[in-house]
Amino acid sequence: MLDISLAALAAQVFTGLVLGMLFVLLAIGLSLIFGLMTVVNFSHGALYMLGAYFGFTLLALTGSFSVALVLAPLLVGTLGLLIERFLIRRLYGRSPDDPLLLTFGLSLVIVETVRLIWGKIGLTLDPPRALAGAVNLGFTYFPTYRLFVIAITALALVGLWLFLEKTNVGLVIRAGSRDPLMVRALGFDVGRIWFLVFGIGTGLAGLAGILAGPMRGAYADMGVTIIIESFVVVVVGGMGSLAGAVVSGLLIGQVVSLTTFFAPKLTEIVVFITMAIILLLRPSGLFGEAGLAE
Amino acid sequence: MSAVVAWVRRHPVVCFFAVFAVFPWVVPYKSLATQVLIYGLFALGFNLLYGYTGLLSFGSAAYWGLGAYGTGIALAKLKLTSLWAALACGLGAALIGGAVIGFFCLRRRGIYFAMLTLAFAQLLYFIGFHLAEWTGGDDGLRGITIPELGLFGFSIPIDRSVSFYYFALVVVGLAVAALKRILDSPFGTVLQAIRENSDRATACGYDIARVKHLSFVFYALFCGLAGSLDALRLTVVPIESLHWSTSGQVVMMTLLGGAGTFFGPFVGAIAFLVLEDSISVVTESWPLVIGAIFMLFVLFLPRGIWGTLIGGFHGR
Repeated sequence: MLDISLAALAAQVFTGLVLGMLFVLLAIGLSLIFGLMTVVNFSHGALYMLGAYFGFTLLALTGSFSVALVLAPLLVGTLGLLIERFLIRRLYGRSPDDPLLLTFGLSLVIVETVRLIWGKIGLTLDPPRALAGAVNLGFTYFPTYRLFVIAITALALVGLWLFLEKTNVGLVIRAGSRDPLMVRALGFDVGRIWFLVFGIGTGLAGLAGILAGPMRGAYADMGVTIIIESFVVVVVGGMGSLAGAVVSGLLIGQVVSLTTFFAPKLTEIVVFITMAIILLLRPSGLFGEAGLAE
Repeated sequence: MSAVVAWVRRHPVVCFFAVFAVFPWVVPYKSLATQVLIYGLFALGFNLLYGYTGLLSFGSAAYWGLGAYGTGIALAKLKLTSLWAALACGLGAALIGGAVIGFFCLRRRGIYFAMLTLAFAQLLYFIGFHLAEWTGGDDGLRGITIPELGLFGFSIPIDRSVSFYYFALVVVGLAVAALKRILDSPFGTVLQAIRENSDRATACGYDIARVKHLSFVFYALFCGLAGSLDALRLTVVPIESLHWSTSGQVVMMTLLGGAGTFFGPFVGAIAFLVLEDSISVVTESWPLVIGAIFMLFVLFLPRGIWGTLIGGFHGR
């Protein structure tokens, strides 16, 4: 086993980092929405997939990847706003299972609509030419586009962190996840904050989708596996905890990637084994507070 | 009308046999009737957990699949010649799966529970996919031959569609009677107490962790029995048995019919399968249609068809 080249291992760690970043983007959106609204958005995976398809069409229309990269998440986020306004808002005050059931139905509708519009066969997205090659990292070569994905995700996460920590709206959002009743009593319109947060969370899913497109292609079912894995990330991190989503997303990215390297047959199940171990050792998740929103 | 409804609610097992004895002669073709019976049983199991205990599982495919593969492997790989032994293998697999996975999933409550059941079902899907020498992997498990039914010394062939239907009717009918017995027992009452207010049930002195786990195991058994029967019906176990879409189907059937009502799951299974049968002929986009119908039900008719008809108690 000692002859495993360190360079190959390092490249695998970087691949895991890219995968982890996608998990983080999805899990943080899920976690943000759940922490504030106790809504589990089952259609998150379908919206991730839409991000990739919107990216494909925008790229074809404008010819510019940067335009697509900005507009696709915005479009997905806008759709998210509409979903909150016209569907989920009707279910506040009902069992927390109901939004989950509704968005499950919605994800079927979205996936099938995409099949009708874009066809059943998957699409390939080309990364922009400037990012097409590979970069010499000194010890290994790594695809430029993947480094770009890491950079953009890090940028988005820093932006989200600054928004939540440094702006007044962010302050209200954080307060709302602690105690929505008190925030309402202080005169804030909690409904508008939920609306906004649902848009941000789904927009992040859209961003993950278009970033994943050039690496994994776009196909109608692409959201299914990754959304289940993202649920696991959220459970492992501790639901509603944003730091937990980041740590657990990166951790599971590494676990998957390194398992692919050492024991490829176990790649698909290692996520769930990790989850089972965490459930045994720390049922509330790595960063979860016991009893929170349960 | 209300007198009829009241009588139906008091004698569900009699009504079940009365309706399903003639059911094959009112649907377009007989294999659809068998499918309704088996999926109805599947939904019945899901309803025990969701409608009565208040636990939403998105991983029912795991127990359906364990039942199907348990029976299928017993017949196709282990070459068992007793139908009862083969069914017992399916039930045993579902029982073990339900006990173990239930233990893990019940460590978290509420919405986490739904996500965990989904995750564990996905785990089993991948395991089934990779253990191809036992499960047939992507191609499905083939080579299932149905042994003759041994009953009181007689051997009855059940490989014809009508005879298989009546065999399934008796098995499902016994399961329906068992469910009725469970719900009427003190245990069944505790389940509903947990659904209504689990803190209060704890305060009343019930060990709700154990009750929930037992409810989960019963749920797994009903789903597993349905899966076993489906392996016999199809004489093949497709890998889709363990797929998340199977879990989604049973959720939709139960809610269409009416969660928390005794017959809702069967009404839902009929509605779902008859709709699927007629719409799939017209368009390939069946998931789009059923997804939209399901959304309308969640939004506007949360009690489902049967629940609305009888003014069920599961109104929210």
